[in-house]
Amino acid sequence: MNSVVCIAQVPDTETRIKIGGDGRHIDDTGIKYIVSPYDEYALEEAIRLKEKQGGDVTVLAFGPDRVQQALRESLARGATKALHVKGESADADSLGIAKVLAAAIKTVPHDLVFFGKQGVGTDNSLVGPMVAEILGYPQVNVVTHLEVADGKVTAHREIEGAEEIIEASMPAVITAQKGMNEPRYASLKGIMAAKKITIDSKSVSDLGLADSDIVNQRVTVVSLELPPEKSGGRKIDGADPAAAAKEIVRYMKEEAKAL
Amino acid sequence: MTVLVFCEVLDGKLKKASREALSIGRKLAEAAGADLAAFATDRAAADDAGRYGAKKLYVADAGAYNTETYTAAMQAAITASSASIVLLGGTSNGRDLAPRLAARLDAGVASDVDRLEWTGGKLRARRPVYSGKAFATVEISSSPAIATTRINAFPAEESGGGAAEVVEVSASSDSKTKVVETKISEGDELSIVEADIIVSGGRGLKEGANFSIIRDLAHAIGGAVGASRATVDAGWIDHQHQVGQTGRVVSPNLYVAAGVSGAIQHLAGMSSSKHIVAINKDPEAPIFRIADLGVVGDLFTIIPALTEEVKKAKAH
Repeated sequence: MNSVVCIAQVPDTETRIKIGGDGRHIDDTGIKYIVSPYDEYALEEAIRLKEKQGGDVTVLAFGPDRVQQALRESLARGATKALHVKGESADADSLGIAKVLAAAIKTVPHDLVFFGKQGVGTDNSLVGPMVAEILGYPQVNVVTHLEVADGKVTAHREIEGAEEIIEASMPAVITAQKGMNEPRYASLKGIMAAKKITIDSKSVSDLGLADSDIVNQRVTVVSLELPPEKSGGRKIDGADPAAAAKEIVRYMKEEAKAL
Repeated sequence: MTVLVFCEVLDGKLKKASREALSIGRKLAEAAGADLAAFATDRAAADDAGRYGAKKLYVADAGAYNTETYTAAMQAAITASSASIVLLGGTSNGRDLAPRLAARLDAGVASDVDRLEWTGGKLRARRPVYSGKAFATVEISSSPAIATTRINAFPAEESGGGAAEVVEVSASSDSKTKVVETKISEGDELSIVEADIIVSGGRGLKEGANFSIIRDLAHAIGGAVGASRATVDAGWIDHQHQVGQTGRVVSPNLYVAAGVSGAIQHLAGMSSSKHIVAINKDPEAPIFRIADLGVVGDLFTIIPALTEEVKKAKAH
């Protein structure tokens, strides 16, 4: 049972976003990068499968050198191999990134390919299904529970007000939702063991792709803006609950037109 | 040239997300001098689609949602309609299908957009990034250009058209996945993604059982129950209710936050709500910085009083 887990490295969710000088990217000065939170559920699931059924968990990331830190953290948690595709991912659109990842996944033995359900930050939720399409694999998106047996996966997919239980043949692409599991922290032993693992490194051209395949081919960011600052409205004293309730209902009726 | 909108039918009617996507689709079609068409797997959509301005409804006999069969059917409809813009309402299925379709067609796609315009022969979309801490405007150069629309961002407006003409497209049944069961969530709780009104509880509730007062208010008002990350992580409520950076980004007409202090990740997920009411005992809570109406006080007395007052108002 071999898995590949695709890792996105994203700004910490605590980050106050500032716009960079070009007006198209964020200002990354002083930004702390983390493994995208949903990818932690994906990684945890792959590690649990490996612990039960053996095999390798390869973590894969595309981006500049800093993404090696995310791979190193993932190794410390229990991934067994890591592959870094070097390249400037900032101007690649989602399909460009998917093409790179799909080509890299082909170089690694795998039965399942995991993603987080979205990269926190860009919030596209696109790359996992795109990779599934490029590789011709089935996909199950926004998965809260997974079982693997008899050469197939049974996955619980979260949809509005319901849950679908889906069977898929392998190899398959699974995107992880919060609640799928409780991700572990890296142990000291894991951190030490991870230091001994060499992160394999490839360039985009090693994978038979050109920059023109991935950069600004289909979707271009024209501008990035901060939302207008909200000033906050009226504040009232709620010491008298009945009076406060009346005022809130008046607001809901007259201003929000919600009642 | 055609703007094609992926439509979903629920109980014989178009889903809200589909009606919203058709409405903005009609505006784009007018700007681009194009026709508006719809796609569905149910002929029952013809009347509704026409009412929202679609001249044609492409129908594939593809049954219930399945990523692969729907991708093939949409591909057939795109070819048949020569669509150069494809819109999908941002439901679970729309968001599942759009990237698969984009990869098949080598097309650009923008997800969760809250503004769309046709300008200089290209589709321009605005979308929240960093859960709404910033907005990116993107241009899609491919044809077709694909976008999923954020629920509640585009008003659903009828055009008064008659039933759309039904055009059959073929559907292949080949798929490597199959749905073996669909479990409806307990209760008939509204999803926060689609709701016009959300009542959210935070750590100020002190314990999970106290979510009952939030539920009572949400029920009285006809809204969905939201939650802060802290309450979900504490196991007080299921993560489907979580609003914020690792939950759902929502923009309802009315958002009521009770006992939610307003961590940056939560604010990012709800600050685009049109009207925000916050109830918190801490006058310095960050949630008050974005609330239109802030009430400093004890949620355990104010929320039940509010529920009663809402019931009275609704009875009139």
